[in-house]
Amino acid sequence: MMENKVTLAHGAGGRQTAELIEKVFKAHFANPEFTADDAAILNVGDGRIAMTTDGFIVSPFEFPGGNIGKLSICGTVNDLACMGAKPLYLTCSFIIEEGFPLDKLEEIASYMEKTAAEAGVKIVAGDTKVAGKGQVDNVFITTTGIGKLQEGVHTSGAFAKPGDAVIVTGDIGRHGCTILLARENLGIEADVKSDCAPLWGTVESMLETTKDIHVIRDATRGGVGTVLYEIAAESKVGIRLDASSIPVDGAVRGVCGMLGLDPLYLANEGTLVVVAPKEKAQALVETLHKGKYSGNAAIIGEVTDTMPGKVVMTTEIGAETLLPQPGGELLPRIC
Amino acid sequence: MEKIQKTAKEIIETYDGSPIRIMEVCGTHTHEIFRLGIRKILPENVELISGPGCPVCVTPVGFIDEAVMLALEHGAVICTFGDLIRVPGTKKSLADARAEGAKIQVVYTPLDAVDYAAENPDKQVVFLAVGFETTTPSVCLAAKKAQEAGLENFSLLTANKTMPNAYQALKGSADAFLYPGHVNAITGEEECRKLAERDGVSGVIAGFTAKELLTALAVTIEKSKTGIPFFVNCYPRVVRPEGNTAAQKIIEEVMEPCDSEWRGLGVIPGSGLQLREGYGAYDARKKFRLPKVEGRSNPACRCGEVLQGKCRPSDCKVFGKGCTPQHPIGACMVSNEGACSAYYQYSSEV
Repeated sequence: MMENKVTLAHGAGGRQTAELIEKVFKAHFANPEFTADDAAILNVGDGRIAMTTDGFIVSPFEFPGGNIGKLSICGTVNDLACMGAKPLYLTCSFIIEEGFPLDKLEEIASYMEKTAAEAGVKIVAGDTKVAGKGQVDNVFITTTGIGKLQEGVHTSGAFAKPGDAVIVTGDIGRHGCTILLARENLGIEADVKSDCAPLWGTVESMLETTKDIHVIRDATRGGVGTVLYEIAAESKVGIRLDASSIPVDGAVRGVCGMLGLDPLYLANEGTLVVVAPKEKAQALVETLHKGKYSGNAAIIGEVTDTMPGKVVMTTEIGAETLLPQPGGELLPRIC
Repeated sequence: MEKIQKTAKEIIETYDGSPIRIMEVCGTHTHEIFRLGIRKILPENVELISGPGCPVCVTPVGFIDEAVMLALEHGAVICTFGDLIRVPGTKKSLADARAEGAKIQVVYTPLDAVDYAAENPDKQVVFLAVGFETTTPSVCLAAKKAQEAGLENFSLLTANKTMPNAYQALKGSADAFLYPGHVNAITGEEECRKLAERDGVSGVIAGFTAKELLTALAVTIEKSKTGIPFFVNCYPRVVRPEGNTAAQKIIEEVMEPCDSEWRGLGVIPGSGLQLREGYGAYDARKKFRLPKVEGRSNPACRCGEVLQGKCRPSDCKVFGKGCTPQHPIGACMVSNEGACSAYYQYSSEV
């Protein structure tokens, strides 16, 4: 069998990824600051900072709504934002395939410049490596970022409580759908653009509305469904979704229908999952509706004390079903 | 619209007549029925059985063995829909063959395989043609395209199947069938109408949305009360009485009926399609002179009985233990649309 080899499923963000981290990396790296959250919280001098890193190998490296450069800024900025940290500085490391066109690299850098400016971060150091033809696919980018934690903010995947509301900050599945269409020669034409966006502004506006937010998670690889299962496991709670209130773009729904995919498992790069006390949820959604990237925000469910670790869904016909556990599928490289 | 849906749901929920067994024969139906939780609103006397409607599930073990043989012994590049890669053969799956160095290429349509063959003239390329009337037209198109281009390095390993004779074979397993709307979009109404009038086999053509599925079930329940064999097209939005005549024409031109082996059901006469004489050069079995292969499935696996509604996936000893979507033992656990996979994914006990 192939049990002793790394497979693509180990990188899909589901159960196998978690196992790999647990058995290999955590076993060797464990320390008090080591975290399963999007970024680590560190005490440096008098203040608290958040630090994170993220690698990007998306194929194709250009897609409707952005490219790998924009993605590499958004991914790291959003990981910091999810901890309630204002992103400050980034470093970036490029691994470029021999023969990669310079004008494309220039375009990638220009996207990074624009996105960093919008997110309010400075790119302060970098590294460049060129690998032989065929040793990497076009260009891979890794970004590392630090941000300043905002006072009075305490979010973690382990802080969801029964009675909380579950919010998404936008319609779901657009990035995954866009990449799938751009990558696979499916012969489907659909007007779908990646939601890829830097979300510190979105998080800041929520924190101005209330600091009482329990979880903020970036619903990237594995989609909203995977993130909800992570939250349910880390917080030891159940989550109940209402299928009819989950916002999905019409074109994304159409493509998913044709390919037999569920938008709940498609990646997002500009949509967050937020868990907050029910009485604050409406005000948060009203704030989000005024934001540039969160006009389609909606309350999609609630945290419960039944069936800890599971996500259930009230379907369109009013029946209650289990949301299938994510994991296993070999998804194309999306981030 | 809301009102109609409610009424259909009410008809289903409040039915208290004699027991009805309804078999859905489409993998997409199976998946949607689970996703929507339709089983949970059924009264005790209505049972839904997941039948042999997922092409991956009904493909016999011997077919996988043939594909593995082509890949490993003849060095052919196998082009296939992704799901088939993980289906266990007698000794090996295509995934195992790949680990031993076989070249397996995932494609989304048979035409991609033709393109691949054209781009790689030094390789023999074989497309694994499985599926029902829905996918067969594109397989036929691929054969035609290969012939037009004069490709000598492309062939098809066929296991294409047609539904009508399978309904006959499954007659005793259910009181009525939910016919697969996508298949009937190609074949039309005629065969299903005949099944009711000539053979006493009841069924309705069903669509795939919540409303369409509830409507189809409600109609089945209402019609069953009369005790007379029935046929209703509950998916007229897509299924025309005559079907898709262009698709029918190309199947007729390239393929002819043959006997075909179904996993769990055995050989059903006239339930398969093979390439006609004129396309013999594209038949991988002839081209590579494959010997007759008798596949053997894992004896612990009960996929065969599951496909006939004789047992539930959870009645199988290996279900959820040795056999999971990550490590399938039987074909029904491989595809997302397989009955075992759906039971596993939506079952809260596992």
